[in-house]
Amino acid sequence: MRLGLVIDLDVCVGCNACAVSCKQWNTSGTTGPLTDYAPYSKDPSGVWFNRIRNFEIGDYPNNKTVHFPMSCMHCEDAACVTVCPTGASYKRKEDGIVLVDQDKCMGCNYCSWACPYGARELDREDGTMKKCTLCIDRIYDKNLAPEDRQPTCVITCPAHARHFGDFDDPNSNVNKLVRERGGNALMPELGYRPTNMYLPPRAVKQEPTVQKDSIISKVKDWVNRSIAR
Amino acid sequence: MHPALSVIFFTVMSGSGYGLMTLLIISIVFDVDGGMSHQQVIVTSLVALGLITAGLLSSSFHLANPKNAWRSMSRFRTSWLSREAVLAITFYPFTFLWLLQWYLGHGLENRWTLLLTVLVFMGSVMVNFATGMLYATLKTIPQWNTSLTPANFMMLGMMLGSLLLTTLRFYFGLPVEQLLIIDLGFLATAGTLKLMYFFWVGKPHGPSINTATMFTRATVRLFDVGHTSGTFLTDEFGYQVARFRIMLLRYAVYLFAFIIPALFLPMSMSFESALTLTLTAFLGVLIERWLFFAEARHVVTLYHGNQRV
Repeated sequence: MRLGLVIDLDVCVGCNACAVSCKQWNTSGTTGPLTDYAPYSKDPSGVWFNRIRNFEIGDYPNNKTVHFPMSCMHCEDAACVTVCPTGASYKRKEDGIVLVDQDKCMGCNYCSWACPYGARELDREDGTMKKCTLCIDRIYDKNLAPEDRQPTCVITCPAHARHFGDFDDPNSNVNKLVRERGGNALMPELGYRPTNMYLPPRAVKQEPTVQKDSIISKVKDWVNRSIAR
Repeated sequence: MHPALSVIFFTVMSGSGYGLMTLLIISIVFDVDGGMSHQQVIVTSLVALGLITAGLLSSSFHLANPKNAWRSMSRFRTSWLSREAVLAITFYPFTFLWLLQWYLGHGLENRWTLLLTVLVFMGSVMVNFATGMLYATLKTIPQWNTSLTPANFMMLGMMLGSLLLTTLRFYFGLPVEQLLIIDLGFLATAGTLKLMYFFWVGKPHGPSINTATMFTRATVRLFDVGHTSGTFLTDEFGYQVARFRIMLLRYAVYLFAFIIPALFLPMSMSFESALTLTLTAFLGVLIERWLFFAEARHVVTLYHGNQRV
């Protein structure tokens, strides 16, 4: 098994719900807490397993905003595991999930240097490295209903932009999505073979953001102006 | 990269300590300037061990959870940091046995001393190599991911080691004629390798924002970084230095680490002047090590607005 996520950049609305639910679930999970530093001050900061950035793709007027959630890619060739001197970082044989044994970590930051995706964050309070567990304490929980045995970010996503599945199974939901939509990995040139895949926005007819000066647009403008008055 | 003072101090001090051991062994094996007495070998080694130990202790300040530091010896089959830890620790018992041999009056004519000499020499060279490799293996930092990195660490360590050995020989009142030529050789080689490194890091040649976001057919700009104040990632990898300041510091590295020692060492006739020049070189290498970190650009900065690294 090779468990991982597919993230659909076409429908991600950048609402940050995945990151918030991740924080909520995992702060009391196996590698919790996800410590916050000065949460009620002017500059709140803290540990997150999942961060969303927003990019502008293309040039005006043919530009598009893409919201970009990023968590651990659970790489096939995980450099963070290779460089770890204590053996705290490990990749599970059975499902490919990369984890940090909180009892072994000495907080040297070396794995975070080796990770190109910024997936690992040091908890300054605990002195250990923390990262996405792919909700390992959910996905195998027999007490949960089968549809709930998924990472919390996947369940929470209101746009269904996140999908969880087994990349070793050619007919799994994630592999089908990657095939049909041309999914890609991030920074493949580094050779870490990330498991998580990103689906690019669908190819649709480009709609320039600038309207032509047509009769219809003139009527629309006039209507808009008169309503505003 | 954030230049952590504990790591800067560690790499410079330990590097010079291992360099001093390397040069001490070269000088006694090849009888440079007539070698040293047993007592002087012991004093020189103790100075080296002092520097190494100070550096290693300093490195533990970089750990957020030092109580698990002993575990860092366990993954030497894959991790260069672990290899460095194993080599640095196993260096001690061999060096103590070696010193015991000298203390008991067994010089290089003794076969056990000779065997230990080879082991201590190999250890001192390999630790500096491992320190360099620790940085060179990181593909995420293209500036470090070059064989110039371990070459720089080894040569700068041996350069400081040879300057320290010269200073100690002045202190012992021993001749330094041949050693001065070795000093100049190391100053020239280390200086040239550092120059190559500075050319290497000049232009971005790693991944771009396009491969980082997989949109390789359009311009990509960061629109919003997604956090309102600093995170672990921005603290650790977001460090940036003004170009002008980098240039000034590079000149300072060249002036203090290489040019001043190379110009004035052949003229220096006393322990005090040799010590001053060695400390000047240390200052230069400390600035060099600060720049080594400050100039390095991690690929995660592509998700924080950098176009190239």
